Amino acid sequence: MFFEWEFSTLYRRKRGITAKMAAPMSNVDEIRDRVILGEFGVRNVHTTDYPGNYPGYDDTWDLEKFKKNFRIDIVNSDENMLEFDMIGIDAAIANAFRRILLAEVPTMAIEKVFVYNNTSIIQDEILAHRLGLVPIKADPRLFEYRNPEDQEGTEIDTIQLQLKVKCTRNPRAPKDSSDPKELYLNHMVYSGDIKWLPIGNQADVFADAKIGPVHGDILLAQLRPGQELDIVMHCVKGIGKDHAKFSPVATASYRLLPEITLLQTIEGEQAERLKRCFSPGVIEIQNVNGRKVAKVVNSRLDTCSREVLRHDDLKSLVKLGRVRDHFIFSVESTGILPADVLVTEAINVLISKCQKFLTELDAAEMD
Amino acid sequence: MTHMICGQQHIHAASTGHVERAIDANMVRTDGADEGCVTFVLHEEDHTLGNSLRYMIMKSLSRVVCFYSQDVEFCGYSITHPSESKINFRIQTRDGVAASEPLRSGLNNLTEVCKHVLHTFEARMQAFRDKEEPMS
Repeated sequence: MFFEWEFSTLYRRKRGITAKMAAPMSNVDEIRDRVILGEFGVRNVHTTDYPGNYPGYDDTWDLEKFKKNFRIDIVNSDENMLEFDMIGIDAAIANAFRRILLAEVPTMAIEKVFVYNNTSIIQDEILAHRLGLVPIKADPRLFEYRNPEDQEGTEIDTIQLQLKVKCTRNPRAPKDSSDPKELYLNHMVYSGDIKWLPIGNQADVFADAKIGPVHGDILLAQLRPGQELDIVMHCVKGIGKDHAKFSPVATASYRLLPEITLLQTIEGEQAERLKRCFSPGVIEIQNVNGRKVAKVVNSRLDTCSREVLRHDDLKSLVKLGRVRDHFIFSVESTGILPADVLVTEAINVLISKCQKFLTELDAAEMD
Repeated sequence: MTHMICGQQHIHAASTGHVERAIDANMVRTDGADEGCVTFVLHEEDHTLGNSLRYMIMKSLSRVVCFYSQDVEFCGYSITHPSESKINFRIQTRDGVAASEPLRSGLNNLTEVCKHVLHTFEARMQAFRDKEEPMS
């Protein structure tokens, strides 16, 4: 192992390559593939690899070339949270998926609130607003959009829910207690108190699916003895573009893979300071022949704070950038649909948008 | 100019005096002799489809064999007003190619990309779940 190291540093010194990483990229490749994080600004942001821009490069769209370069890696997945990498795609399309996840994947949410009795301190409209934001666990793919003229709602486009709570004094409370939990019954109205009233054939169709709020512990209102709530609600299908309550994701975001290039070997005390400039786990100090040398081990963990550029002696030794076509997506669902189903639905929405305009084009050509 | 002009976002479609004639709810074509310079008004759309479609059309294949000549001379979109949900999608072509050609091929390419992404994602999710199964 000692001989191997000697050979490799001699080799590098002979050829004038001093960096402890891969050979630096040519200028053109860097403009095409990397976003550079400078001290005062970010450079090379826009996609420039269109056909004809770079002589010598064939950038025309080729589906086979795209399929060869494209990759998806699932990093982490549980019921509501999904982290995956999409590599080899352009920002325009990745952003389209993100925007669709936020605003155009439909869900069911409470839209109409019929207040038969509300003697609580929470105003009707405030309570209705809060009810609208409660995520409802019903598969939106099994429902239709409601007709705009339809006031009543049918079994295929509406879910009916009921909230009926009355607060009373607890007869068995201790004489001198002041704790509301002991003094009153039903003084906190939670989303778990919302019950499903099946309409039409919903009781048979959704026999095993428990339709109701996703979480039962969302506090909706507080009551005192004598106050009650008697509310019937209608849920309809909608998209986030219309109202944020219909958005199926807690949030969906992506970031580009950071890339940290050390332009020289950084040793000793400088290496320690360099390690502190980045998020933990990004830079590791390795013991090479008795000297402490810094090495980039996992640039993915970095949050790109550019702290290293604040230190005058370190800023010229490091090059910060991002890989332009490597997207680290993070999708967190509100619980209505699993996160991977949401991504699938988002891609289907984009396909249906394209198909819609293709049929419009065909129809227009006919005329 | 032998290279293609990249359409920047939010470029205003230049008013060339053409009269816009509505065909149906989603598309408006310019009147006039030149079928190659058309502004499509896409209703109920925004950056989601606008930017991705612009990218696919800009990358599209040239039908002419010559290296420097591309079908599409200009492609860009703009959102006329943030309160109105529509975009003006402008395509200008070279050599008298009808503007609906690159639009159609752009839509088809975008559909193919999405289908491939979908298949890859589903395959990887399945592989991930299979890997998790014996561990749990």
